[in-house]
Amino acid sequence: MPDLEPLAVYIHWPFCVSKCPYCDFNSHVRATIDEAGWRDALLADLAFEAALLPGRRVTSIFFGGGTPSLMDPATTGAVIDAVARHWSLDADCEITLEANPNSVEAARFAGYARAGFGRVSLGLQALDDAALKQLGRAHSVREGLAALDIAQAHFGRVSFDLIYDRPGQTRAAWEAELARALGFGTEHLSLYQLTIEPSTAFARLHADGKLVLPDADTSADLFELTQAMTAAAGLPAYEVSNHARPGAASRHNLAYWRYDDYIGVGPGAHGRRLATATERHKKPENWISALAATGSGLNVEAPLDAETRATEALLMGLRLAHGIDAAHFAARTGRTLEATIDTAARDRLVAQGMIEARTDRLQLTPQGRPVVNAVLAALHR
Amino acid sequence: MTASLSQIRNFSIIAHIDHGKSTLADRLIQQTGGLTAREMSEQVLDNMDIEKERGITIKSQTVRLDYTASDGKVYVLNLMDTPGHVDFAYEVSRSLAACEGALLVVDAAQGVEAQTLANVYQSIEHDHIIVPVINKVDLPAAEPERVKAQIEDVIGISTDDAVMTSAKTGLGIGDVLEAIVKFIPPPKGDFDAPLKAMLVDSWYDPYLGVVILVRVIDGKLVKGQEIMMMAAGTKHLVDRVGVFRPKIEVIDALGPGEIGFITAQIKEVAQTNVGDTITDAKKPTAHALPGFKEVQPVVFCGLFPVDAAEFEKLRDSLGRLRLNDASFSFETESSAALGFGFRCGFLGLLHLEIIQERLTREYDLDLITTAPSVVYKMLLRDGREIELHNPSDMPDPSTIELIEEPWIEATIFTPDEYLGSILKLCQDRRGIQKNLTYVGGRAQITYELPLNEVVFDFYDRLKSISRGYASFDYHQIGHREGDLVKMSIMVNAEPVDALSMIVHRGAAEARGRHMCERMKDLIPRHLFKIPIQAAIGGKVIARETIAAMRKDVTAKCYGGDISRKKKLLDKQKEGKKRMRQYGSVDIPQEAFIAALRMGDDK
Ligand SMILES: Nc1nc2c(ncn2[C@@H]2O[C@H](COP(=O)(O)OP(=O)(O)O)[C@@H](O)[C@H]2O)c(=O)[nH]1
Ligand SMILES: [Mg+2]
Repeated sequence: MPDLEPLAVYIHWPFCVSKCPYCDFNSHVRATIDEAGWRDALLADLAFEAALLPGRRVTSIFFGGGTPSLMDPATTGAVIDAVARHWSLDADCEITLEANPNSVEAARFAGYARAGFGRVSLGLQALDDAALKQLGRAHSVREGLAALDIAQAHFGRVSFDLIYDRPGQTRAAWEAELARALGFGTEHLSLYQLTIEPSTAFARLHADGKLVLPDADTSADLFELTQAMTAAAGLPAYEVSNHARPGAASRHNLAYWRYDDYIGVGPGAHGRRLATATERHKKPENWISALAATGSGLNVEAPLDAETRATEALLMGLRLAHGIDAAHFAARTGRTLEATIDTAARDRLVAQGMIEARTDRLQLTPQGRPVVNAVLAALHR
Repeated sequence: MTASLSQIRNFSIIAHIDHGKSTLADRLIQQTGGLTAREMSEQVLDNMDIEKERGITIKSQTVRLDYTASDGKVYVLNLMDTPGHVDFAYEVSRSLAACEGALLVVDAAQGVEAQTLANVYQSIEHDHIIVPVINKVDLPAAEPERVKAQIEDVIGISTDDAVMTSAKTGLGIGDVLEAIVKFIPPPKGDFDAPLKAMLVDSWYDPYLGVVILVRVIDGKLVKGQEIMMMAAGTKHLVDRVGVFRPKIEVIDALGPGEIGFITAQIKEVAQTNVGDTITDAKKPTAHALPGFKEVQPVVFCGLFPVDAAEFEKLRDSLGRLRLNDASFSFETESSAALGFGFRCGFLGLLHLEIIQERLTREYDLDLITTAPSVVYKMLLRDGREIELHNPSDMPDPSTIELIEEPWIEATIFTPDEYLGSILKLCQDRRGIQKNLTYVGGRAQITYELPLNEVVFDFYDRLKSISRGYASFDYHQIGHREGDLVKMSIMVNAEPVDALSMIVHRGAAEARGRHMCERMKDLIPRHLFKIPIQAAIGGKVIARETIAAMRKDVTAKCYGGDISRKKKLLDKQKEGKKRMRQYGSVDIPQEAFIAALRMGDDK
């Protein structure tokens, strides 16, 4: 079985109870949802991909959204079973559910565990009620932590997200919040700095000066503090915003960053498989009608030339603490790493202490990590 | 048939900007039937887009009007609309030389302003009869009586015959026409004498070739005549004689006192010298006209294409603009920072801006403009005298005996309340106060100032400290010795030639500090820290440091949506393209100009 090509599977559930003001993911609020119809549609979209990719071993399945923890556990179970029927699952196949930490959803956690999920990623977002309110989250800290307890009781692997670098957040406040977060003993943490995404409610507030982010220096301080504290707690960053105990990194996300094949099924889901970029119709209704008409929810299916693949692999791979493995890079993209980067810039960046470059590996130094975008812009040919 | 002398009136309209000169001209054309109401576009005489948009007149324009006066006779009125801005003072001077009188248009609410004065003095120098026109009397804030008193006080001309108008509503336009006939004297001239005509202006027209605007003094100009340009010594065959109404109308002949145009199969404007005397090649006049002083560019700057591949296109476009505007000059220049471009000379900052804007707009060029500089005269130790147009060409200071810089005499009109800050501004710019008088709540200040202190941002500063109420005009008064040094700006220890400038030693430190501060704001953070220094010779006089970038990271990776991250990278790289690489530092193109805008001046 290890000889088979690996494949990561992403399932998108596009519905939310309400829309968060910072979120620009593909999420929709609908009054009623025909769950059986949606199940059948997801299964059909999945079958379409399976027909193109026979003989793979699935290393991870990830249910994201939207809010996939609004799905009936039976629906998720049906999808997982279908994946297992189409392909063989790795023995340690990682099956993750993104969930909101509220009591309604936590009540279904046992059901999800039975459906096959071994890992849950909770959108805790903050350990401060005022901040949760500002972020437009429906749950309180108390409710969130109760959900975390239940999650830890039902799933072998638990991660949660926090958003930091929030308006008005001081270094001391974040330090306390993060220390508390680390105390919960999860094996994995996603710690995102708040980013203003275009055409979100926050973008409008930000433009009007009603939402003021910490200045660049504070934000850099917070980032550094985060690196230091998580490393000291045994969960160093393995990617820009992701921290894990050794061996506990998210296999699914690693597939993206290493530029391995992944399929994306469901409205707005993106995939990279067979040197092709795929993108499903974003609007749920359009996705459904495309499926009915063509047998898949595909909106875009664009072949990627070697140059584009190399660019994508570079910009994803540099985010990993481990960096880019030159041999794997060449195998995945059809181009050498050497040919993809500006070697003069590389040598300059090495001299500046931003990157480490060996023949078999290219990686950021701890100093380069906070400025990965600038390094990338300089490095890319 | 040419017009009889007694029935010709040649006049220009002079005014401070926005007092209504062009609107009045349009009204006069309309009332005398030059154009129907339908044909009157916004402002007939401002042809160029830039003129229309900015509401300024750059080129003088001439129109011939036929006017039946109250005495029943038909008069030929030649109207010349002149530019109001100081940069184009030479245009005004030429037009004035072709006339016997002028309408002095003054805004009834604003009163006399700096350009009113500058233009009226020129007009008086030409022995003109001046008819005051108090315009905009329709405005609620109009105070015609106060303005009349002011004209008498400040300019010293009688306003007994002043005409009250509203060029906007049309009020008083008939009175203006009558006043022209009544007060402005007819031209003098001799029908039978040999041809003597003044070459007032010339420009290139894509259909007609070079068009020459002439004022006939004596004799006649007819089609088929062989003419001679007396200064140039060249001969041409006249193939067209005409007038502007304002549309072109071909006529048989132009006689004494008349203003019109000729074409003579001339290919380039450069072959025609403005101010030259045109005469009959076979029967030349004995006495040439005194001619005009040739205009000299006073402000220089470098123009570089953003895209090096557009260098030839820039050369071509400059050449084409020069076809019509011989008053600016250009020659190739190369800069370590900016590559190949041109050093261009202009009549002033507005002229510079207009040429730059026309290049961008009409020729679709993306340009970088370097610091404007004036012309310095240097006496070297070896006895040679040189003119310096570009600070980068400054010789080694040890070889220089002395440096002279151009000075101007500036006239500023301002409401009292801003006087203090304006005096301070002039003082800070090394000004020497010459005169200060009060006229009805307004102060008139005369200052001598080094031109290099003015080309920077003097005008912007003046406008901002007076909330736009102060007006300003100047003329050059020659070169004077000054304690001047070249200041270089170094970014990451490398001198950026495009930013070097010549400054007065006493002002060097302040300006250096300011330049360093500006560059610090204009250059984005890099992965390393960047020192910015201002230096004279080897000595650093000011310094700032741009701290290294600390954070540039996208927190989220948008699930599997890599194309989105790729767009971000593309955008970042696109941004880099709009920068100039200087050593390992990327300087945004805008920085080269923006650094000179002093912003909140101290
Ligand atoms: N109210 C009023 N506005 C006028 C009058 N004459 C001109 N204007 C306006 O004043 C502005 C400047 O006029 P313009 O003729 O372009 O001035 P120029 O710069 O002297 O040529 C324009 O907006 C005109 O419409 C007038 O008699 N009354
Ligand atoms: Mg005008």
